[in-house]
Amino acid sequence: MLKRYFQNISWVDVFLRVFQIAALIVITIGIYNTVTTGRYTSAQWATLVFAGLAQGSVYALIALGYTLVYGILLMINFAHGEVYMAGAFTGVFLAQYLSNIGFLDSNPFLGVTALILLAGTVSTLIAVLLERIAYRPLRGAPRLVPLITAIGASFALQYTFRGLYGAEFRAYPAVKALSGLVNVFGFNVPLVQLVVLAAAVVFMVALYLFVERTKMGKAMRAVSEDKDVARLMGIDIDKVIVTTFAIGGALAGVAGVFNGLFRPQGVYFFMGFFPGLKAFTAAVLGGIGNLPGAMIGGLLLGVFESLFPNLILEGLGIPSANQLRDAFAFTMLVLILIFRPQGIFGERLAEKKA
Amino acid sequence: MNLNWRLIIKNGLLGGIIAFYLSAIGMAETFSQRYLISTFLSTGQLFVAVGGVTAGILTARALKEDYKKSTAYIGSLLAGVFSSLPLILLIFLIQVLVIQQTGQEVIFRWRDMFVNFSPGLVAMLTFGQGLGLGIPLLILASALLAGLGATFILFPDRLRLAWLNGLIWMLGIGIFSENVTQILGQFGGRGLARFLFQQRTLNPIAAILIFAGAFAIAYFRVHKTVQNRWTGMPARQQKRGRTIGLVLGILLLISLPWMVGQFLSQALFMVGLYVMMGLGLNIVVGYAGLLDLGYVAFFAVGAYTMGILTSTGPLGQSDLSFWAVLPIAVLVGLAWGVFLGFPVLRMRGDYLAIVTLGFGEIIRILATSDWLAPFEGGPQGILHIPNPNFFGITMHQPQTMYYLVVAGSLLIAFVTIRLRESRLGRQWMAMREDEDVAEAMGINLVQTKLLAFSIGAAFSAMAGAIFAARLGNIFPHSFNLLISINALALIIVGGLGSIPGVIVGSLILVGLPELLREFTEYRLLMYGLLLIVMMLFRPEGFLPEETQKRELHADEEELAPLET
Repeated sequence: MLKRYFQNISWVDVFLRVFQIAALIVITIGIYNTVTTGRYTSAQWATLVFAGLAQGSVYALIALGYTLVYGILLMINFAHGEVYMAGAFTGVFLAQYLSNIGFLDSNPFLGVTALILLAGTVSTLIAVLLERIAYRPLRGAPRLVPLITAIGASFALQYTFRGLYGAEFRAYPAVKALSGLVNVFGFNVPLVQLVVLAAAVVFMVALYLFVERTKMGKAMRAVSEDKDVARLMGIDIDKVIVTTFAIGGALAGVAGVFNGLFRPQGVYFFMGFFPGLKAFTAAVLGGIGNLPGAMIGGLLLGVFESLFPNLILEGLGIPSANQLRDAFAFTMLVLILIFRPQGIFGERLAEKKA
Repeated sequence: MNLNWRLIIKNGLLGGIIAFYLSAIGMAETFSQRYLISTFLSTGQLFVAVGGVTAGILTARALKEDYKKSTAYIGSLLAGVFSSLPLILLIFLIQVLVIQQTGQEVIFRWRDMFVNFSPGLVAMLTFGQGLGLGIPLLILASALLAGLGATFILFPDRLRLAWLNGLIWMLGIGIFSENVTQILGQFGGRGLARFLFQQRTLNPIAAILIFAGAFAIAYFRVHKTVQNRWTGMPARQQKRGRTIGLVLGILLLISLPWMVGQFLSQALFMVGLYVMMGLGLNIVVGYAGLLDLGYVAFFAVGAYTMGILTSTGPLGQSDLSFWAVLPIAVLVGLAWGVFLGFPVLRMRGDYLAIVTLGFGEIIRILATSDWLAPFEGGPQGILHIPNPNFFGITMHQPQTMYYLVVAGSLLIAFVTIRLRESRLGRQWMAMREDEDVAEAMGINLVQTKLLAFSIGAAFSAMAGAIFAARLGNIFPHSFNLLISINALALIIVGGLGSIPGVIVGSLILVGLPELLREFTEYRLLMYGLLLIVMMLFRPEGFLPEETQKRELHADEEELAPLET
């Protein structure tokens, strides 16, 4: 029994197992050191968690676009981060205008809704155009080809918006109704983060219901199972794909507005690149092609990213750990894929389809 | 006359939207003072003209089959008229939104949003004649441009090619006027350059002469005549001719940097560097089919190895020479290839792509962080890396470094060709086609994958080491994702798996942007659009490997009868 077991494992398995154990040990030591030295109070940890959740809900909304498209076309829509940028960048002008006339403070709900509508519309338009110009003619080409057009589209969109709106940073105005702190479980949490989290959850639930309950959602699921059979069943594949891109784009636009609401850093033409990469990481984390996976993956990534540099890296004695935040997100991606290549909720896509 | 109005309107508006887009993002006005031919034609106008010409080409192509030629011309002219509509809309938008707001107190200034909606753009689009005369002029010009586009399709074949050839040469020399001046300067042709250009723009007589020359060469089919005479030669003479050609080619390769001057040599150096990286990545992606988006990691490893081991600054760990460190850098790259290849052995396709992309970013971020700064300088990078010394000659000029990358490229190309024909190469390709079947055939996947990964990495590290020695200083921001993307894009544009393709791809995607430096912020826009257009029209790349081409065309043959 044992002998056969040893015969079946290769030295790659051994190496990966050793690697996993080593990673676990390092993480444990880091957490142990940080917790025992008591460097941060629990209130500080709570702040980090809620900031992470808000950031994570933005990642999750973008990740849904990746996962929807990947589920149906088995293609990384590399330019999706730029779709997000398009909405956020356009929205900032309306936000500034509404803030200047005082509408955003007198009618915050209507104001933010208007922002979401505008950003969502712009992002949807861009996503649909992208599909029409860069991806549709290449359906059926080798898989690397649409990846290259996606990369090209990513550059083209970045510099299109640079040409259109200029290269400066532009900040979303603070919404008075959303500033201030709320008490949650005895911790003071900025209201805007809670609102963003709640609103993002609403959008995600809506999307989930759309995909599970409506006829179009059913068609989308059918196409992601098997395009040819779906076509034989009388489903208009092109329409389904365009809808998929449109929904993904709309969610990305919404994410852009949310990001602007709680992050004062401002928006500019290159802002979509890293959130795009991270959202893809989130999608892979949750198991790409899987909708709840993308949502949970996004939230988890946000929290991990905000929490773990302080929790693990400082415990290991690494200076200015927050510089490594981005590296940390990617390291986690690598680790997760080694531990569980199909992601948290994914089926074994990696071997079936890839 | 029964015209297909829908088609005309559609193509016309499409062309107009292109012109609108290029104007709205500022490409028209930014380059409106950069004249190509005297003061008749500026680069900015050329960008706007693309719209009208496209409308004409599309319409003429669509109408060519079903209508008489004259009808097709008329259709194209009409499409040109429609192509002016989006531009007229743009003029009115600027008029209403921007010009009426100037000098007034407003809550929302449209110009803050659309930064390139300027009065200057209106003036340019209306030829400085005001709206009343300018708009009719714009319509007329658009129609004429579409007519010009139609001639590209509708002229008889021989005339058409000559006509295109003439225009392309004339505009090309106008656009690359600075580079042409530099090259002429190297040959002592300053006088000729002064005749051709007045302050970077072609003088009209020179433009006409260039056009006429290129036109005549194409019209009288000079290359055909040469080709005919060549095939008519006896075999022995052909052989001798080939030897002479080879010798001339080698001489050209050697003398190139001295012919083109300092600036272009630097461009050539970059092209050569990317050829080295492209050849390495070609093994990983083209042969073994492992999609690696983090190739820059190994480039950085090579550069940092060179920096740490040779720098004369405080961070230098030894005073080895460039030649001693180069093999070390290659070995370090090899080791890193194994090290980073190991965790990803079990991953496939897109997962592999995203993890390697992650590796690339991790390495860059680590290099920037304070944590490792004591070893490699953090964001300040490593300074004072000496230039290589070749038998007493310090290679501080781009011209001499060019030889280094050419030698490196030749070495890598040789190794690549030998590997491709070897057992290992066949194993890679078997793995690329189907991993499971390859494994069933007895191929050791672990070993084969790791070898592909690490050999590719070693080549990239070599390029990185040379890069560090050329620049003298390295900074972590130089090693961004763009390098990986560039390397990947160039092998796909050139033709996946093809070695000449790597060179062509590198010339197009690295060399051309270097020459187009004057377009500054629009360079990457053009790069992106070029990638899209390339992939739409030639998905197999410029010089594809035979199998790749066959695969794509087999697909077309299968699909073609269904679609028609």
